[in-house]
Amino acid sequence: MKNILEIKDLSYQVGDNKILKHINLQVESGQYLTFIGPSGSGKSTLMRIVASMLTATSGDVVFDGKSIKDYEPTKYRQRVSYAFQQPTLFGKTVKDNLEFPFLVRNQEYDQKKAISALEMVNLDESYINKSVNDISGGEKQRIALLRNLLFRPEILITDEVTTGLDTENKEIVHQMLEKFNKEDQMTILRVTHDESEIEHAAHKITIKDGEMI
Amino acid sequence: MSNNLTVSNTTLVWGFGLVLVALVIGYREKLGINKDVLIGVARAIVQLSIVGYILKFVIKTDDNWLTMACFVIIVINASWNAGKRGNGIPKAFRNSLLAISVGTVVTLGTLVLTGSIKFVPEQIVPVTGMIASNIMVAIGLCYRNMLQTFTDREQQVLEKLALGADIKLASIDILRDSIKSGMQPTIDSIKTLGLVSLPGMMSGLIFAGVDPVKAIKYQIMVTFMLLASTGLGSIISCYLGYREFYNQQKQLNSKLLQ
Ligand SMILES: Nc1ncnc2c1ncn2[C@@H]1O[C@H](COP(=O)(O)OP(=O)(O)O)[C@@H](O)[C@H]1O
Ligand SMILES: [Mg+2]
Repeated sequence: MKNILEIKDLSYQVGDNKILKHINLQVESGQYLTFIGPSGSGKSTLMRIVASMLTATSGDVVFDGKSIKDYEPTKYRQRVSYAFQQPTLFGKTVKDNLEFPFLVRNQEYDQKKAISALEMVNLDESYINKSVNDISGGEKQRIALLRNLLFRPEILITDEVTTGLDTENKEIVHQMLEKFNKEDQMTILRVTHDESEIEHAAHKITIKDGEMI
Repeated sequence: MSNNLTVSNTTLVWGFGLVLVALVIGYREKLGINKDVLIGVARAIVQLSIVGYILKFVIKTDDNWLTMACFVIIVINASWNAGKRGNGIPKAFRNSLLAISVGTVVTLGTLVLTGSIKFVPEQIVPVTGMIASNIMVAIGLCYRNMLQTFTDREQQVLEKLALGADIKLASIDILRDSIKSGMQPTIDSIKTLGLVSLPGMMSGLIFAGVDPVKAIKYQIMVTFMLLASTGLGSIISCYLGYREFYNQQKQLNSKLLQ
C-alpha cells in the first residue's frame, strides 16, 4: 500500500511554547487511525496542521507525493477535509449548509445529492428546509459532517466529532464512516477520547506533551 | 449680499459662555471630560482659524493647481484618519487612500462634468471636504464592523476554510455586513432629511440668504453625492481590507481578532 500521507519531523511552537515536537508518521491509503492522549497534548494542533489550517514551524507534511506547501490551499482542503468538534451551521437553513460544498467547487447545487446525503445520516428530506435554529445538537453534528462528505475527500479528519452525542447518534456516525472507509478506501484520522471508540479502534496513536509515543 | 451674518469676535467671546456650561456640568458630575473639552475647543479655534485664512487665500488666488493641492491634502488627511481606525489591519492607510481617492474623484468628477458645481476653489474645496470626511467615517465603520464580525464569526470562517472555501467565499457575509455598516448612517440620515434635521449644507445656504427652494436642490445633490461616495468608499475599503485577515496560505490571521 502506498503512503497517502507522511508527516516528517514536524514541530509547531507559539513563542517559546513547543506544542508539537518532532512528529513522524506515515499513513497508508485507506487506513483508519485513532489519535488519543490527554487534553492539551496537541492532537487538534497536529490535525489542523495536516488540514492546512495551521502551518508547521518546521518539518513537512507530504500528501499524495507532494509537500503541503506546493498545493493550492483550497484545493488541498477539498481533498483533506477537517471536521470540527463543535461546528456551527451556516446561514439560515439546512440547505444553506449542504449547498456550501457545491459553492466551494463552483458547481450547481444538486438537491437530490443533498437529500441522499441526509438519508445517509438518518435524516429525511423534510430537513432540507428546516431552520438551523430548529436543529438538535446531534442533528447539527451530523449535518455538519455531511458538509465534509458530500464530495468524498481522500482523507477525512474528525476531531472529537462524537463528543456530546448520544449512543444512537454516535452509532450513525460510526457506521457511516466505517462504510466510507471500507467501501471507498477513504482514509480517516480520528481524534477521540470516547472510551468505547478507543476500545474498538484498530490503530491507535498516542500523543502526549506534543510527542508521539 | 449676504445680509444678516453678524458673528464678530465680541459675539464669539459671549458664545464661549456656552462652553462654560459644558465645563460646569463636566465638573459637577465628575465626568472627567474637562481636559478633553478644553483641548477640543482650543484645537477647534486654532484649526478653523488657520483653515479660514488658507481658504481665503486659495479662493482669492483662484489657481487650479492650488485647488488641486487642497484636494490632495484633504484626501490624504482623511485617509490617514480612516487608516488609524483600522486598528492594526495591515495596509489600512493605503487602502483608505485608494477608497477615498476613487470615491471623491468619481463623485466630484461627475458633479463638475455635469455642471452641478464649477471647478472653482470656493466650490471644490468645501465639497471635497464634505465627501472625504463622509467616506472617512464610512471606512472607519467598515473597519470596526469587520474586526468585530471576524472576531464573532471566527469559528464559522474557520469551518468554511476547512471545507476548501476560498477566502472570499469564507468572508462574503462579513463583507456584505461591513459594507452595509459603512453606508448605513448615510441611508438612515436620508430618511429623516428635512424632517428632523436641516443638513449643514442647506442650513448654510439658507443662513447666507439663499432661497430655500434653491437650497434644497443643492441638498438633494449632496445627498446623491454622499450615497455614491460612501458606497464606493465602503465597497473598496472592505474588498481590499478583508484580504488582510488572511495569510498567504489562506489561513485566518487570528492575531488581528479582538
Ligand atoms: N494559537 C495558540 N497559541 C498558544 N497556544 C496554543 C495555541 N493553540 C493551541 N495552543 C496550546 O497548544 C496545546 C495543545 O492544544 P490542542 O492541540 O488543542 O490539544 P488537544 O487537542 O490534544 O486537546 C495546548 O496547551 C494549547 O493551550
Ligand atoms: Mg482538541
